Amino acid sequence: MITLDAKIPSGPLVDKWENHRHDLRLVNPTNKSKYHVLVVGTGLAGSSAAASLAELGYNVSCFCLQDSPRRAHSIAAQGGINAAKNYANDNDSIYRLFYDTIKGGDFRSREANVYRLAQVSGHIIDQCVAQGVPFARDYGGALETRSFGGAQVSRTFYARGQTGQQLLIGAYSALMRQVHLGKIKLFPRREMLDLVVEDGRVGGIVVRNMITGQMESYAGDAVILATGGYTNVFDLSTNAQASNVSALWAAYKRGACFANPCYTQIHPTCIPRSGSHQSKLVLMSESLRNDGRIWVPRKAGDKRPPNTIPGEERFYYLEEKYPAFGNLVPRDVASRNAKVMVDQGHGVGPSGVSVYLDFAEAIARQGEGVIREKYGNLFEMYQRITAENPYEQPMRIYPAPHYAMGGLWVDYNLMTTIPGLFALGEANFSDHGANRLGASALMQGLADGYFISPYTVSGYLAGVKPKAKKTVAADLPAFQETLAAVRQRTEKLTSVNGHTPANEFHRELGQLLWDHCGMSREEASLQETLRKIPEIRERFWKNVRVPGAAADFNQAYDYARRVADYLEFSELLVKDALERRESCGCHLRVESQTAEGEAKRDDDHFRHVAAWEYQGEGKAPVRHQEPLEFETVHLAARSYK
Amino acid sequence: MNFTLRVWRQKDNASPGALAEYKVQDITPDISFLEMLDLLNHDLISRGEVPVAFDSDCREGICGTCCIVINGRPHGHEHGGTVCQLHMRSFQDGAVITIEPLRVRSFPIIRDLVVDRSSLDSIIAAGGYVSVKTGGAPDANAIPISKEDAEKAMDTAQCIGCGACAAACKNAAAMLFVSAKVAHLSRLPQGRVEWKRRVLDMVTAMDQAGFGNCSNEAECEATCPKEIKMGNIAGMNSQFLRAALTHR
Repeated sequence: MITLDAKIPSGPLVDKWENHRHDLRLVNPTNKSKYHVLVVGTGLAGSSAAASLAELGYNVSCFCLQDSPRRAHSIAAQGGINAAKNYANDNDSIYRLFYDTIKGGDFRSREANVYRLAQVSGHIIDQCVAQGVPFARDYGGALETRSFGGAQVSRTFYARGQTGQQLLIGAYSALMRQVHLGKIKLFPRREMLDLVVEDGRVGGIVVRNMITGQMESYAGDAVILATGGYTNVFDLSTNAQASNVSALWAAYKRGACFANPCYTQIHPTCIPRSGSHQSKLVLMSESLRNDGRIWVPRKAGDKRPPNTIPGEERFYYLEEKYPAFGNLVPRDVASRNAKVMVDQGHGVGPSGVSVYLDFAEAIARQGEGVIREKYGNLFEMYQRITAENPYEQPMRIYPAPHYAMGGLWVDYNLMTTIPGLFALGEANFSDHGANRLGASALMQGLADGYFISPYTVSGYLAGVKPKAKKTVAADLPAFQETLAAVRQRTEKLTSVNGHTPANEFHRELGQLLWDHCGMSREEASLQETLRKIPEIRERFWKNVRVPGAAADFNQAYDYARRVADYLEFSELLVKDALERRESCGCHLRVESQTAEGEAKRDDDHFRHVAAWEYQGEGKAPVRHQEPLEFETVHLAARSYK
Repeated sequence: MNFTLRVWRQKDNASPGALAEYKVQDITPDISFLEMLDLLNHDLISRGEVPVAFDSDCREGICGTCCIVINGRPHGHEHGGTVCQLHMRSFQDGAVITIEPLRVRSFPIIRDLVVDRSSLDSIIAAGGYVSVKTGGAPDANAIPISKEDAEKAMDTAQCIGCGACAAACKNAAAMLFVSAKVAHLSRLPQGRVEWKRRVLDMVTAMDQAGFGNCSNEAECEATCPKEIKMGNIAGMNSQFLRAALTHR
């Protein structure tokens, strides 16, 4: 049985990271090239970690399932990246960014981690500018910032609506520079199938070469998982098609605890779904809420075109209910209220399942040119998808699954419960608690990759002997066992020979989770969901059809394998949701509400991280608790009124 | 809506390929082109046939994965967008649609519509960066950058590396791609330091990867989903010449 030790340094909050860095051991420069680090995933966290570790002198192998590392899904982040620079002179500070993030996460994250995140945030902007990231500038040549949900200061740096793209290209170029220098070996079109654990610590990985279909083994002294989040478990989400939970799930089954899997974020400003064949939900940056006003017709069932509804018959529900934050309330509040409006019959659009986001006033006040400059590409994207012009009529938006706050449990060093296995970025659970604030994902990915893991991975490596490079990984006994297990699973999946394509099971699972384990959750329906998931899984293993051979280029097999993992992982997600009998962060627990129908946290019973430990197939996982100690902040009800 | 699809099927780079014909029926106008292909594949799998291999990921026009050639045009007929942003309402009901992979000798075919574009990565590896390590960067506001320079840099930095420019070019030139990166970095003070080395190394890598040369056809600009201008190619050529004459 695992005991969780978060390894949070002692001392005052502001000094913890500095003291800890001093305590971390170093690897002698001449010895660094004897160590080999495997990095899985090339998004912001993976690329930045791989580049930074290679710059230090370690040998790095870097794996991604896309055809190029530049295509990882971080690229789709639009709005911006937070940093406590206080360039706007609006009284921002490291402490304020820390506090906003802790409060935004509904007091379900670690003080020490979040404070460290805020401390390094400024360096990230410096680093990115040095790489040539073309952030927005003012006429004096200084960096521009904008406001984002959950904050009353302007601390979000941006590059039009393509901030994630520009930051990722920065990290990707640093990565490619190390590839050129021979310090990083790049393995695109590889997907991790399993993790190898050897004598109680990480030994390497088994990946699938997605072109040839062959299995390949790689040994490493440390493994970094930066494989992103898992909201594609909902089938329809804002994530890319290939984003999946499989690498994390493999690590979980090899002994890494999975923390808070039920913490998923539903993003408020997405383009509503139009039909049943949709492959994804497109998100539009919530920076739109800076200038757009959200409303629905005051009268339920009002089907008049939006521009003919007079002002007094419009219900600007966020502005009325939350006057201090208005349209800039955090994502969960915005999402939940949209759902309430739609449930009460105020929804708009052909399906009645959306609300308006209106720019008419902003355009009248600032001019169309200014709005175009700020959001031009988002407006264009909206128009391409819906064939409606948002300069002339309000956008329609609705919430969609977007981000996973849950992930592999990591200690302060970002190391999982398997020694030598690290998890960075969205793949870990550590910084966002039960709800992530806008523009904080990019900050966390790059903080983990550029400024935290280079020190903590070194600290780990300093304590272990480098592996002999002479042995071929696949010949080692631990690899042979793992390869055999992977072969068995592959065989099982390709020999089902049923009639039903895998996406039908995925759609069914996704709908079930969206209905019962989305924004609001209830004991009875969660119990029911827990009964239904094994049924779908059973049907999958009887009826799924996977065309072609596994030892070949086979996208349908790649997808079916991921769906098989979702069908296991979703059970843990719902189990976690069931056990967390409180409303917090993104989720309203129906049984836990205030008299006014607002979410009610239960600090007495749930002020902890739930970390699940795998016990073997068919056995119930063990739920560990890591109590969250708040030494600095005062736990307050999260009010944005 | 109903369509006849003529889709390029090819087992691997060594095997010959051919167009195969498929009918798709009852397509709702609001679905995207790739969702229409998803439906085709769903039918093919249900019927026990091998689905059409094609690449896509973000499905919102930013990752650059999904570039294929539709009726002879990379990313299809709509200006300034990617395949995943193309919707079936922009086609005529009953149309015959020909779907092929990018035809560039530096992009070997892997399967059907899937090609290997790692030659583009190799050009970036040769010099598409500022040679700065993590840590030690000065304060982000230490060097002012005019709004105009930041905006101009962003115009080219937004290249998604899809390879459409090379596929649209009769010479299979990747010069719009390379010049976009050269223009992005040389526009900024951080990137100007090593501009000579960058342009020389990237152009050399581009030649080594087997891409052709620009002969001012402007097909690249017309097809670029991010509307990057071909004036950047002239800029790169001018930089290349100056660098070749004065470097080292």
